[in-house]
Amino acid sequence: MSPRQVAIVAALCASPAVAAENVVDTHGDTLVLEAGHASLRKWLLPDVVPSPEDNKLTPQRAALGKMLFFDPRLSGTGQSTCASCHLPERGWSDSFPKSIRFMGDVMTRASPSLVNLGYNSIFQWDGRSPTLEHQAVNGAGPSGSMNAAGKAKPTDGIANIQKIPAYGELFARAYPGEGVTPTSIGKALASFERTVVSRDSPFDQWLHGKKDALTPQQVQGFRVFVDPAKGNCSACHSAPNFTDNGFHNLGLKSGADKDADVGRFRQRPVALMKGAFKTPQLRDVAQSAPYFHDGSAATLEEVVDHYAKGGDVKTNLSPLMNPLSLSSEEKQALVAFLRGLSTAHPIFEYPVLPK
Amino acid sequence: MKAWMAGIVAAAAAAIALAAEHTVVQKDLAFSQKTLKVKAGDLIRFTNDDPVPHNVISVSASNPFDLGVFRKGESKSVTLSKPGPVDVECSIHPGMKMRIDVE
Repeated sequence: MSPRQVAIVAALCASPAVAAENVVDTHGDTLVLEAGHASLRKWLLPDVVPSPEDNKLTPQRAALGKMLFFDPRLSGTGQSTCASCHLPERGWSDSFPKSIRFMGDVMTRASPSLVNLGYNSIFQWDGRSPTLEHQAVNGAGPSGSMNAAGKAKPTDGIANIQKIPAYGELFARAYPGEGVTPTSIGKALASFERTVVSRDSPFDQWLHGKKDALTPQQVQGFRVFVDPAKGNCSACHSAPNFTDNGFHNLGLKSGADKDADVGRFRQRPVALMKGAFKTPQLRDVAQSAPYFHDGSAATLEEVVDHYAKGGDVKTNLSPLMNPLSLSSEEKQALVAFLRGLSTAHPIFEYPVLPK
Repeated sequence: MKAWMAGIVAAAAAAIALAAEHTVVQKDLAFSQKTLKVKAGDLIRFTNDDPVPHNVISVSASNPFDLGVFRKGESKSVTLSKPGPVDVECSIHPGMKMRIDVE
């Protein structure tokens, strides 16, 4: 090698690394697609899950809620628990397109995952619960999803819990002076749900600066996710919890059914809300198939294909649902990115229930 | 012009002069005002300055309205005729809330 060639090679070696790619996202922010870059911080979840003033999260409250969550006595029949439809091994959902209750009745919607609910501001597919506490106790009431199924006689699971002395002691320690009531039971369940958190996925590690946490394909998938000219997914699945806490009609085929589920329309009877459902968060999404409120997409690939064609039924369709210009490679990258949102959780430890 | 006609014209002119116009901007998934005081008959203009579509509805039975969808840069207006509080939100993003007090 001549001295001149050596100088060129040395200059090349000394030159800075290739600049990271930029993308302007749906919300007009320029993101630098480089592990740990400051522009990505809006995607980091807070370290502490927010909890209301009258139900600050404590280990005692979460432990009590964990028992109640898995206790069949909380159901009037003694045959179902919160975990009947929200299993930790199944992404806190149940793997069914629509949940099946203990008497074999098929419910009207898919079981939504509980992951990272504590970061949200409105709850249930149709947003009928303004707080996590309301959502948590809703299913345990005499007419809730844990009770009153089909021919089963509605009974009061709350009363079952009130009869167990050990629970009385646990409530006295966790919620002094509040007793064992629907309100305090809802508070305890909500406290446990606030511990169902995913924020150490490869994506999160990449946000924190671990360069090889995401593959180049997954980084490309993130780009597709946030790029308004590509997936535009972050228009609704927005930072940091992959949800806008909003409601959208996605044009699912079931929307054309004669007895179609009207979704949010029951709470807000305006045309735009007919067939609209809550935007779910997406961390651990690979664990909670099938997808959509009607469980109609078996895989993430099917979800992406649905969005790519801009939905099937156009009546009351969200204005954000438009056909996407995505190559096969981009679709694969998008799915790879979504698979990079799963935290490697330790094996879940079930609680020992009071006698 | 007869006296009674002049009176009608004057009254109409006064009404037009009294009807004020208010602007509320939707930005960063929030309304620019949490509360707004208006007089019955005032025009309230909502402008979407967000990149995502919004919608503005009343959730108060006394003054119901639904302005439908509007995208970035678009504006829609409403006039409220009945006095009283009117709770307003974006039906797409119900975390966006404000109250209009109609006097």
